[in-house]
Amino acid sequence: MKIPEPRGPISAGLLGILAGEPGGDPVAQTSLEQLVTGQLPLVEDIVDDGDVQLALLCLYELHYGGLDGVDDRWEWNPGLIRIRQLLEEPFEHALRASAELAVPESDRVPSAAAPDSDGVAALLFGLAQADNGPSLSRYVAKKATLEQLGEFLIHKSIYQLKEADPHTWAIPRLAGRAKAALVEIQADEYGGGRPDRMHSALFARTMRGLGLDDRYGCYVDTVPAISLASVNMMSLFGLNRRLRGAIAGHLAIYEMTSSRPNQLYGSGFRRHGFDAHVTGYFDEHVEADAVHEQIAGRDLAGGLVETEPGLLADVLFGATAVLAIDARLTVHIMDAWENGRSSLRTGLPTAA
Amino acid sequence: MNQEPADGSIVVCPDGPLIVRGDFEIVTPSGDLLPRQRKTVALCRCGASAIKPYCDGTHKLIGFRTEYPIDSAQGTKSQP
Ligand code: FES
Ligand SMILES: [Fe+2]
Ligand SMILES: [Fe+2]
Repeated sequence: MKIPEPRGPISAGLLGILAGEPGGDPVAQTSLEQLVTGQLPLVEDIVDDGDVQLALLCLYELHYGGLDGVDDRWEWNPGLIRIRQLLEEPFEHALRASAELAVPESDRVPSAAAPDSDGVAALLFGLAQADNGPSLSRYVAKKATLEQLGEFLIHKSIYQLKEADPHTWAIPRLAGRAKAALVEIQADEYGGGRPDRMHSALFARTMRGLGLDDRYGCYVDTVPAISLASVNMMSLFGLNRRLRGAIAGHLAIYEMTSSRPNQLYGSGFRRHGFDAHVTGYFDEHVEADAVHEQIAGRDLAGGLVETEPGLLADVLFGATAVLAIDARLTVHIMDAWENGRSSLRTGLPTAA
Repeated sequence: MNQEPADGSIVVCPDGPLIVRGDFEIVTPSGDLLPRQRKTVALCRCGASAIKPYCDGTHKLIGFRTEYPIDSAQGTKSQP
């Protein structure tokens, strides 16, 4: 991914360090750590803090496709892992607080013995169904302008161009039924052996259909902090084995809140005259996620809880955090659109 | 499990579709293959899907129930 523009002192300091060699400038690394420690208490709302979210996105990116021109050895540099942890701790705390606010743990987690896999699926379906935030999909279906359709794709592109990758981290951390379930879902996400059917590839095709740049990470500078936070949440859950319950719950809720909205997204694009070439991504998800939601709820999340009952609370935390954070993103977008503004942070980058 | 696993399986999902996994074909009455994009499929059994025979999640919107919940007080089946 191309190097983004810094959004404050932390991301500027980090990108400065990444431009050099690992271990090349220990003084700069120490001062970045001090800067982070000093800066964090001043951050009011970490989920909506562009500087922190961009720094996290770049730190996580070292584990995905990497940053253009950045030495690959930075990935496991202990100093950077330390900085990531300094940022992750308050971020996780904020996610837990947002989830608690959305659905208190006492309502979320049954007090009796951990449910069986059908019971876990039922709890997750219940959470997904109870979610009554504003609906972006209905707006897209009925009202969104062509320009807004483009904005919608730009927000989504941060994740969708690497769709499924954050959940893949969980595969070696699971066993048995939960692992088989995750692999079965991921095989489908990655196109069942056909690169052109990969969901990220279908999404790229949709972007191209609207004249957008489909290079991974192209629009990182363009989207607000909250769009980055929703992707960072997945990387946090996926890259920390102790949060394997949360990433399972996260995937289950993604799948459970997908078929119907994608049907509506497809209608919105068809309303503007786009054909199956562009709507293919959405059409695919209507069908695929009706399969995935069953497997993710019962076999992945449910199977995991049956083997590790202690993870139930984290499964439900991961699920609730998605609903809470994505509701914030939706509110941000709808608020802008309903007031005739752009929901993006900056104008579109000029074509390279 | 005291039974050899079969080559295929149909998971009867509560209040939802049938998940069919394994080696099988989906064909029209005259034997033509139906378009199919994935190995494991969900077949609609609520009747409301717009992409039949596949499930599109509509069963959740119409409150499809595969069994009436047992009314514990009465010990009988209550209407939904
Ligand atoms: S069973 Fe899912 S739509 Fe009919
Ligand atoms: Fe997908
Ligand atoms: Fe999916």
